[in-house]
Amino acid sequence: MKVATAPGYNSGRVNERKILQGTGYTLMYLGLILVALVQIFPLVWLLIFSLKNNQEIFNMAPFSIPAHPHWENYVNVWTNGNIAQYFVNSVLITAIALALTVLLASFVTYAVTRMRWKGRSFVLGLFMVGLMIPVHSTLIPLFSLFLKLHLTDSPISIILSYVAFNLPTTIMILLGFYYALPKEVEEAAIIDGCSVNTMFFRIILPMTSSVLATTAIINMIYNWNEFIFVNTFISSDKYKTLTVGVQNFIGQYTTDWGAIGATLMISILPILIVFLLLSDRIVEGIAAGSVKG
Amino acid sequence: MEKVMSNKLVIALYVLPSLLLIMGIIYMPIVLTGYYGLNEWNGIGEMTFIGLENYKHLIQDSTFWSSAFHSFELALFSGISLIGYLLIALVLSGKIKGANLLRKIYLVPMLLSSVAIAQLWMKIYHPTNGVLNSLLMSLGVDNPPAWLAEPSIVLLALFVPIIWQYAGFYILIYYAALKNIPESLMEAARIDGANPWQIATRIKLPLMSEVIKVTIVLSVVGSLKYFDLIYVMTDGGPNGASEVMASYMYHKAFRSFDFGYGSAIGFFLLLVCLVATYLIRKATASKETIQYS
Repeated sequence: MKVATAPGYNSGRVNERKILQGTGYTLMYLGLILVALVQIFPLVWLLIFSLKNNQEIFNMAPFSIPAHPHWENYVNVWTNGNIAQYFVNSVLITAIALALTVLLASFVTYAVTRMRWKGRSFVLGLFMVGLMIPVHSTLIPLFSLFLKLHLTDSPISIILSYVAFNLPTTIMILLGFYYALPKEVEEAAIIDGCSVNTMFFRIILPMTSSVLATTAIINMIYNWNEFIFVNTFISSDKYKTLTVGVQNFIGQYTTDWGAIGATLMISILPILIVFLLLSDRIVEGIAAGSVKG
Repeated sequence: MEKVMSNKLVIALYVLPSLLLIMGIIYMPIVLTGYYGLNEWNGIGEMTFIGLENYKHLIQDSTFWSSAFHSFELALFSGISLIGYLLIALVLSGKIKGANLLRKIYLVPMLLSSVAIAQLWMKIYHPTNGVLNSLLMSLGVDNPPAWLAEPSIVLLALFVPIIWQYAGFYILIYYAALKNIPESLMEAARIDGANPWQIATRIKLPLMSEVIKVTIVLSVVGSLKYFDLIYVMTDGGPNGASEVMASYMYHKAFRSFDFGYGSAIGFFLLLVCLVATYLIRKATASKETIQYS
């Protein structure tokens, strides 16, 4: 009897515990899904109202999908106003600043981690301390500097600022990767008579291509979304980027919700598409570049 | 090898462009902000040296102190919200199906520009047609508040999209740190009879202490210098109820053209950020650092 009841008693307790664990698990799971819904629903709502006209937005339930989606909202904002111009500016400025940042950061990281010279840890320190400087504390002198150099209202001021402020993060992400590169490769290259330049461009850069892609994506997100520099330095429409352009555009069309929704969707779609395609790399890059807040 | 890898010309070519850039665009402006703060200056005309007058004015400026207080409130909220992110990450890092997908969903708002987030949330908070008040009214709330126009709640209303924007970022960092803890440690604790709570508080949290310190610095300093959403959504209003240090600086410099006073605020902001970093580092410094085995 004793032998027979003991397993039964035990399995009862085990079951009870399993049920408790199961309930706890379900509750936690529901909690996690709830957080996900909170994160995603504002964007779903944005997509839905970008396809409605004002009457539908104000009279229909918030999440009801219109019978006839107003795709013309997108066509209208793209063709009227300067959204197309802002879009092109954003692409160009983002791409140029990104390419410069990744190249310059690679140069610096290479010189600091692989070459031998006095003061390299001090120089690296200068770049790392740059991570702690609040952008806003540099804004007034930068504005007056660019004013003196006649670079306000010029994409050059924007690109220079983006490169300077993104160099520290980019170098930080590259550092770990460069420290881990095997020395033997360089030794072999030098014995073969390679110059430092050939080695850097032919051997090192290709070897770091995966981490370069990560830094490129992080740079892309920062540059695409940047607001304060463009808002402060650029005054004419022909140089404005999408973030600032969208802000001004919406200021003029405060009452047409469908147009506002379509404008916002256009401004976030490129990033969302890149995220859908490369989410693993972005997740990894954001975790690696986490010092920038 | 030695000779090739310490080629001074190559080192200069690789390092100097970036070094000059961060000197000119990050470090020199910091020094200049300090200097401009000692002058009376409208940004274009002659500068008049007035010593510490701007700072004397700053100490007596009640608008400045209320904006500084708002910044500190944001910093406090952000610091507290880290506990929530940590809990979510703890649950997520348990054996949860779809954890990878969930953390990616959490991250989506972080990828969007502050302008897009601000414009979207202004629509969400819209007193009559916004999705929030539509839902509240359908639930029977008669007079839902005009969220961004009420001085008593505007700061909290602004804090919600800030959380929405950054939650995924902190969850991602915590999740990555938790996944770094070797499974063997948890397994050993489980065999010794530790429950999940004990495993979390005695093993996981101590091993994450470095990451937690970094996130405290990030969220507190990030909040102290916070600007973007507030500038777009309320511009410091209504009546200064959501003015923060960075927005006050921006208004003084680029709206009132009081560049000297704005610089004094900018320099103060820099000092606050550096002191906060130092104090948090000191307060959380542990005598021994725990290593992952």
